This record gives sequence, structure tokens and C-alpha cells, in this order.
Amino acid sequence: MKHNLDQEALSKWLNTHFDTWQQLEKNLKAKNSDSDNELKSSREILSGFRSIQSDLSLARRNMPAHPLTRYLESLFIKCHEAIYQPPRQFLSQITDLYNIEVPLLMRQLLKPIIATLFIFVLSILAGWLLIAFFPNLVTLFASPEMINHVQSGRLWTDDLLNIMPSSIVSLGIITNNITVSLFAFTLGALYGLGTLYIISMNGLMLGGVFAFTAQYNLADRLFKFIIGHGVVELSVIIIAGAMGLRLGEALIRSGANNRLQAFREVTLNAGKVMLAALPFLILAGLIEGFISPNDSFELLERIFVGTSSGLLLWYILFFGMPLKNKLQHTGL
Amino acid sequence: MSNPKDLTANSHIQIQSPEAMTMSMEIAGIGARSHAFIIDWHFRLLLAISWILGCGIALFSFQGMRFAWDQASTGMLYLWLAPAGIIYLFYHPLLEIMMSGRTPGKRMAGLKIVTINGLTPATSALLIRNVFRMLDSLPAFYFVGLATVALTRHQVRIGDMAAGLLLVYSNDIDQKLLHQASQLALKTNLDPADQSLLLDLLNRWPQMQTEDQIRLGEKFLGKIGKSIIADQNIEKKHMSKQLLEQLEAVAEMGEK
Repeated sequence: MKHNLDQEALSKWLNTHFDTWQQLEKNLKAKNSDSDNELKSSREILSGFRSIQSDLSLARRNMPAHPLTRYLESLFIKCHEAIYQPPRQFLSQITDLYNIEVPLLMRQLLKPIIATLFIFVLSILAGWLLIAFFPNLVTLFASPEMINHVQSGRLWTDDLLNIMPSSIVSLGIITNNITVSLFAFTLGALYGLGTLYIISMNGLMLGGVFAFTAQYNLADRLFKFIIGHGVVELSVIIIAGAMGLRLGEALIRSGANNRLQAFREVTLNAGKVMLAALPFLILAGLIEGFISPNDSFELLERIFVGTSSGLLLWYILFFGMPLKNKLQHTGL
Repeated sequence: MSNPKDLTANSHIQIQSPEAMTMSMEIAGIGARSHAFIIDWHFRLLLAISWILGCGIALFSFQGMRFAWDQASTGMLYLWLAPAGIIYLFYHPLLEIMMSGRTPGKRMAGLKIVTINGLTPATSALLIRNVFRMLDSLPAFYFVGLATVALTRHQVRIGDMAAGLLLVYSNDIDQKLLHQASQLALKTNLDPADQSLLLDLLNRWPQMQTEDQIRLGEKFLGKIGKSIIADQNIEKKHMSKQLLEQLEAVAEMGEK
């Protein structure tokens, strides 16, 4: 008898509430452009959220594991997300990222950046010495095609624009730069060893290839090719490497946090720095595709492009956007 | 939502909201992950191959594709092959962002990505998760990722750890099931546990073997005290059909 009464009460409760839940779900899905409707819908979501809590408690007590209880749980989570989601202000988030968050993070990264730069420079020297004393080992760093080009007195980059257009070259280079930078960072999760490997290999390769081209009097031409895009490209790789080392350090010495928390914190911060550096990697790719292989650009022009783009990168990452005060005054 | 706490079983996490509501989520293990990944792998491979074939026929004709590698310009080859590579490589990040932590494979396997607080992940977290695929996929066949899934308490790969995400079984129910459940709850005298059982049985019926249909159908009808109408002497296939009709009658007309 009691069971029947309970069931009847449950049916009545369900009968009266089911349409409310469906309406609430519709409100959650609706994207209102009209502000009056948006306000009305927000109010309905807020009041619906309160009633969902009591409905869910009731459903859990009377119908545990029932599909309707699962439905109410999922509706509760959707309401919770809709109510507690942070405001979306894309432009102010970007300006905050460049003007506040990244400069702070870069200052914390100063020591790892210096350490990475030191390792990179050491690797360049080691690569140079290795090829200077053992020229045959150049096969470790250069493909047979590259070696043939240099031995015939030409750089492998000479015919780049005859093979494919600048836009395609840029696209390939941007992809490669982003991949190398991300590898330099993510491999830091192997207690920093992966990052050390990537940074050292890139340094060894650069030094080795320069030493090899120097043997055929082509080092100045290689420098002319690299200087336009290399400052930004190598800077971002070094920053990514510094973040990789920081990631490794977080796993070895997690400080006050546990390892997982330290790992997550570094990853989140690294994500912000990488996002801020991404436009510069695209810039470096465009320079490498449009300026570096183009012979009409003189060395001085290339040095100007390389140093100014490099200075801009370091300035923005350490001090924020050049016009940040003006942007703040205009409300951006 | 806040305060994720472990239950005694490692296969679940329990999350408490500021409103003091507690949610339990079942964590997807290595099998469910692999299942979803293999479905997605087929999808992205098919999409990439479709692009190569479709674009290849449009650019070079079907016969011309055979010689395109040697004869076409590098730019043309990029135009032909690069989008296929992009489809293959960016399938996961793009779809996970667009589908709020799901992909077609995950949807089919009944999984979704959530934050450690049980909420829909932010774009930044999904990007971090996907960046670490580089590490998880090393040295080949996702060895690092699978090893960490097997060794960690919440069965997560490094990308999930980095982004603070979990792969859980989706608790969502579709509209058809919701309609069935509400109708059943309104009309029937069955208790809620039996209602769930009946719905489960009816929804799984087409996938079951005939023997299992008969065994489980009879067991359920016996449990709710209904006599079995189906003739025991007829062919199994017909018997299963009669049982299904009886179960559907219970579901649609109630037990009043």
C-alpha cells in the first residue's frame, strides 16, 4: 500500500516537473541575441538551478540509478557550468596575457633561459669543433643532398624559391618551428632530459653546419640566409627549452606543491608563454619564406630585420606591448 | 564544482559542488580509451584518404594521380597532400574543442573529457592535452601514454595530467531514452530499479543473442511477478519475439 502511494507521489512529481526540466534545457541551449530575452532566460536558469538541486536530491533518494536521475545529474552540471562560467572577454584576456601575465612569467624564467642559452651556445661551439676536426662527421648533421650542394659551391637554400613559392616555404617552416618548439618544451616532462637533447642537437647541428660551410667559404652566405629569421626562431626555441627545463625541475624539485600540481602549474604557464610567442614563430616563418631566400635583400637589410624582430620579441615578452598604457587608457 | 575526492574504488571519482551536491564519475580505463582511439583513427584516416582521392582526381584525374608524384609541381603536391596531413594531425584538437571534450570515437564509446572538477574543459586545457600527444605517442604506438594510463591511479596519460583532465564515461542520456524513462515512470507500478532494468533490457535487446534474450527476458518477467505468455514449445526466435512484445507491453501500458 505504501509502495503504491510512494509511486503515485513520484508520478505526480514527475508529471509536474518534467516540462520544467525540458524548458530549462532549452534555455541552456538557446543563444539569445536580444538582451531582454537573455536576461529573462538567465533568470529562468537561476531559478531552475535551485529547483533542480531539490529535484535531484529527491530523485536520488527515490530512484537511484534510474535514467531520470542521470538526466537530472547532467542537467545540474550543465546549469552549474552556465551559471559559474567566467565572462568571455577575448580582447582584454589577450592584452592581459601580453601586458601582465607573460612579463611576470618571463621574469621567473630568467634563470632557465640563461641556462638554456648557455647550453645552446656550448653545443654550437662543440658542433663547430667537431666538424672542424672531423669533417667526415658532417653526415651526422646534414643530408647527402645538402653535402653535395655545399661541395659544389652552392647552398641548399639557393634554389629554394625555384622549387616552391614563398607562401608554401613559409607554411612548411612555420609548422616545423612550432613542432620543434613544442618538442623542446614537452620533452621536458622526461625530467628535463628530452629538452636537453633537443637544445643540444639543434646547437650541434647549427655549429656543425656552419663549420662545414666555412670549409667551402660559404659560411658568410649561410649567415646571410639565417640572420633575417634566425634571431626570432632561435629565441623562441630557447624560451621553449627554458620552459622544458622548468618542467623537468618541477618534477625533480616540486617545492611546496606535490609533483602533479607543480607539473600542471608549469604546463599552464608554459602554455601562456607559447601562445604569446606563437605570432613571432609565424613571423619568423614568413621572413624565412619571403626574405631569407630572396637575393634582392642585402645583408644590412637582413640584419635590420633580424635584430628588430628579435628585439621586439624580447621586449614584448619581458615588458608587454609597446603601447600598453595607451591601450589601457582607451579601454582596451 | 570543487574538492575532487577519491572513492575507495580507483575507477570512480567523486566531486562535490559548492551547493553540496556530490557527483560520481566512472573513469575510463585503458580498454575504453583504446576503443575510442581506434574508432577515431579510422575516421581520420578515412577523411585524409577521401581528401587525397577527391582532391587528387580533381587536380590530376584518376589516372594522372599515379604519375603526380614525379610530374606535378611541388606547390601542387603541397596543395594536394598538406590538407590531408592537417586533417590527420589536427583531428583530435579541433574536434575536442568543437565538441566540448568529445570526438566521434569518444561519443561512440560513451566517453567524454572533463576537468578534475567534472566540468567541460576549457579550450586551453584541450590544447595542452593535445600538445602532449607528442610525448605520449613516443616512441611508437602511444607507448608512453598507454604506460602512464596503466600506472596512474586515475588512468590518465601525460597530456591529461598536464591539463588537469580526466576521461570518464559519459552520464548523458539521449532524448529517446529520456522519453521512455519518463513515460515508464509515469505509467508503471514497477519500482525505479525495475524500471531501469527494463529500459536497459529493451535498449540492449537488438544486440543480444537469442538465448540471452530469452534467459534475461524470462528472468525479468519472473522478477516482477509476471507469468510468461510465450509458448515454450515454439522456435527460439519466435519465443524471443513474443517475450519482447510482452516486455514492450509492460513498458508502454504499465503494470497497473
